[in-house]
Amino acid sequence: MEGAKATVCMREITKTFGSTVANNCVCLDINKGEILSLLGENGSGKTTLMNMLSGIYYPDAGQIFVNGSEVSIRSPKDAFELGIGMIHQHFKLVDVLSAAENIILGMPGNGRLDMKVVNEKILNICSLYGFDVDPKQKIYDMSVSQKQTVEIVKVLYRGADILILDEPTAVLTPQETDKLFAVLRNMRNDGKAVVIITHKLHEVEELSDRVAVLRHGQYIGEMVTKDTNAAEMTNMMVGRTVSLNIARPEPKDPKPRIVVDGLTVRDIDGVKKLSNVSFAANSGEILGIAGISGCGQRELLESIAGLQLVESGSISYIDPETGKQVELIGKDPRTISTLGVALSFVPEDRLGMGLVGNMDLTDNMMLRSFRRGKSMFADRKSPRSLAERVVNELEVVTPGITTPVRRLSGGNVQKILVGREIACAPTVLMTAYAVRGLDINSSYTIYDLLNQQKEKGVAVIYVGEDLDVLLELCDRILILCGGEVSGIVPGRGANKREVGMMMTKLGGEAGK
Amino acid sequence: MTQILSLLQAAMVFGTVILFGAIGEIMTEKSGNLNLGVPGIMYLGGIAGLAGAFWYQTNVATPNAMIGLLIALVCALVAAGLGGLIYSFLTITLRANQNVTGLTLTIFGSGVANLFGGAMNKMAGGVGQISVGITSDAFRDTLPFLSNVGVFSGLGFMVYLAIILAFLASYFLNRTRKGLNLRAVGENPATADAAGINVTRYKYLSTCIGAAISGLGGLYYVMDYIKGTWSTDGGIEKLGWLAVALVIFARWKPIQAIWGSYLFGALFWLFLYIPGLTRSSQEIFKMLPYVVTIIVLIVVSLRKNRENQPPANLGMAYFREER
Repeated sequence: MEGAKATVCMREITKTFGSTVANNCVCLDINKGEILSLLGENGSGKTTLMNMLSGIYYPDAGQIFVNGSEVSIRSPKDAFELGIGMIHQHFKLVDVLSAAENIILGMPGNGRLDMKVVNEKILNICSLYGFDVDPKQKIYDMSVSQKQTVEIVKVLYRGADILILDEPTAVLTPQETDKLFAVLRNMRNDGKAVVIITHKLHEVEELSDRVAVLRHGQYIGEMVTKDTNAAEMTNMMVGRTVSLNIARPEPKDPKPRIVVDGLTVRDIDGVKKLSNVSFAANSGEILGIAGISGCGQRELLESIAGLQLVESGSISYIDPETGKQVELIGKDPRTISTLGVALSFVPEDRLGMGLVGNMDLTDNMMLRSFRRGKSMFADRKSPRSLAERVVNELEVVTPGITTPVRRLSGGNVQKILVGREIACAPTVLMTAYAVRGLDINSSYTIYDLLNQQKEKGVAVIYVGEDLDVLLELCDRILILCGGEVSGIVPGRGANKREVGMMMTKLGGEAGK
Repeated sequence: MTQILSLLQAAMVFGTVILFGAIGEIMTEKSGNLNLGVPGIMYLGGIAGLAGAFWYQTNVATPNAMIGLLIALVCALVAAGLGGLIYSFLTITLRANQNVTGLTLTIFGSGVANLFGGAMNKMAGGVGQISVGITSDAFRDTLPFLSNVGVFSGLGFMVYLAIILAFLASYFLNRTRKGLNLRAVGENPATADAAGINVTRYKYLSTCIGAAISGLGGLYYVMDYIKGTWSTDGGIEKLGWLAVALVIFARWKPIQAIWGSYLFGALFWLFLYIPGLTRSSQEIFKMLPYVVTIIVLIVVSLRKNRENQPPANLGMAYFREER
């Protein structure tokens, strides 16, 4: 047995939540001085498995060995004592506390706090691995990547030598990702065991030494990274052969549909969110919008949909049949949506905008159509058939169309939202984060839907987080940086690094 | 001048009742528990202290004032702490709605207290008014070195105890590891849990200790303000709600609560010192503490300072395996 080398062995681990089996007899070894990728689709049980190592969940059955002896990890505290530290996908940080206060949270020590000593120790760790953290800075003043650094320092401060990172790159720019990977390699060379949970294949290839795959809660197998390739990993993850290429048909007869000129928007505090943004979205084309989160994507889409107060500039809609120009600014959202401009925005909690969690599928479809018809009674028949159609066509997994949307899993909720917006036969379709948190399969369904709309001559505006997808799916990419247009590049042949630079600096390297 | 002095003194007396309630509630809310049962808990503390002293004085031939005082203090702390335990069990273990539980506790506490208060008034016989004069006098003794200092003469030791407690609570919350952990529990229990902090224990302890401190407010009211008697006029309840308001006014900072409580006390009694008020126009002045709280809320919200906000997870139950 290779138990001598492995620092953590998980044997026959099973965990169920109600009737769902999240992990079924999973065995996994984690080795020192190695980076292991844990790969799997949404809901395949990667996070659950690791949460059992970090003490968040307790397994229903199975054994865990750390350094050769069997252990029972009942709480995060037990995990720390065994040297296991996990960096969760949603950061576990207290906003109003400083970095240092967050790092020492829950640690034993003198009753009285001496922040000077703590700060010094933190700066020591930082210089050892090349982090840049100000211990006195409050978390709410930090960027996402700074918060992540604090999380990593927190785990190291506790003396962890087994590090688990849950989708650490989901929120980082390519440059920040490189920095993180460099740090992780440093740790591996330092003899620590690193586990990274991800569903991005190129990261697995770039970073890890070994990869283990889970599917539907079951352990499928493991491979040495350099002996495998993306196609093989995907097949193991999904269980069948999947084409990894996103189709990108040539746009047919693109004509300007939405023309934005000099758009400037301020939020209620008077902070400029968009400044002098100009572009055109063409029919039969997918226009991607790239940018670090919060740099004006939301405001841009909302301005077009009429939900945002605009300071100056113009947004004109060009009617596909008559060719007439209509100014959208000043029109109310209902008028704009009857023109055929549809917005599907998927916020972080997925339900916040567009769907009502406690209402069932039919009622959510009705949110778009309840004003139609002359009688004072609402028409329930057509939304019901629309709900049935969306469920069938998009393969939504639901007990029935009378189930409250809140009870569906994230991917299915998103399919319903996007499905409803497409069903209004829009001429402009705006989607933001449509594949947020979705696994490969569901994501590809959504890409196909967007491509279908594009071929029908709809102007599609796609705001996305994953640069690789933007580069493969979109015909043109508009890059926002701090509310300004950093550049518009054609999707074909665009360079990821260049786009990444343009996201962080106006105009990219040329702008220096 | 004497008018101002007497207003100041009245303000400090009522302020002390409110201050105990508010310090206790700050400790409770820092753990993320919004306990609206403060008035009820103050009732429990008041009646238990009174009952303890009454039992001691009626069963001992020559009661000692100091022993009576200690018994009253212990009874009040235990009874109020038990009130906090009921609240904790319902909201932390059974995850009942915090607002409903708190309001129920207020009704429960005032009901229990008035039931036993009335019963004791009967048991006391005579004019039908219980009185624990000896113990009460011990509570109301001026500290020896302050007896000649204008406003301070005539104030019992609990006035100073409240101030000391406020400083202790502030030191605990801001300068100790346990205080930091407690703040984290109230802000983000999932984070605290992941950091290895026992969320349930922190919530239970801070809610029960907080309730015990709040209960001292009721004891002070009974022993000092109404001189060791019982009345069913709902005075404690009024002050209990002011304590809840004071927590917001003080922006969850115990030291700010000190001057806030005296301000509330002064505003409460202001109507007596303004000449020419009728019975109905008095009521406008009695509103002042609440009006001031609303103004503070507006100002704090406008300034949007993150440090002045309530604990982020206030009013929410925590369940680790929630998906």
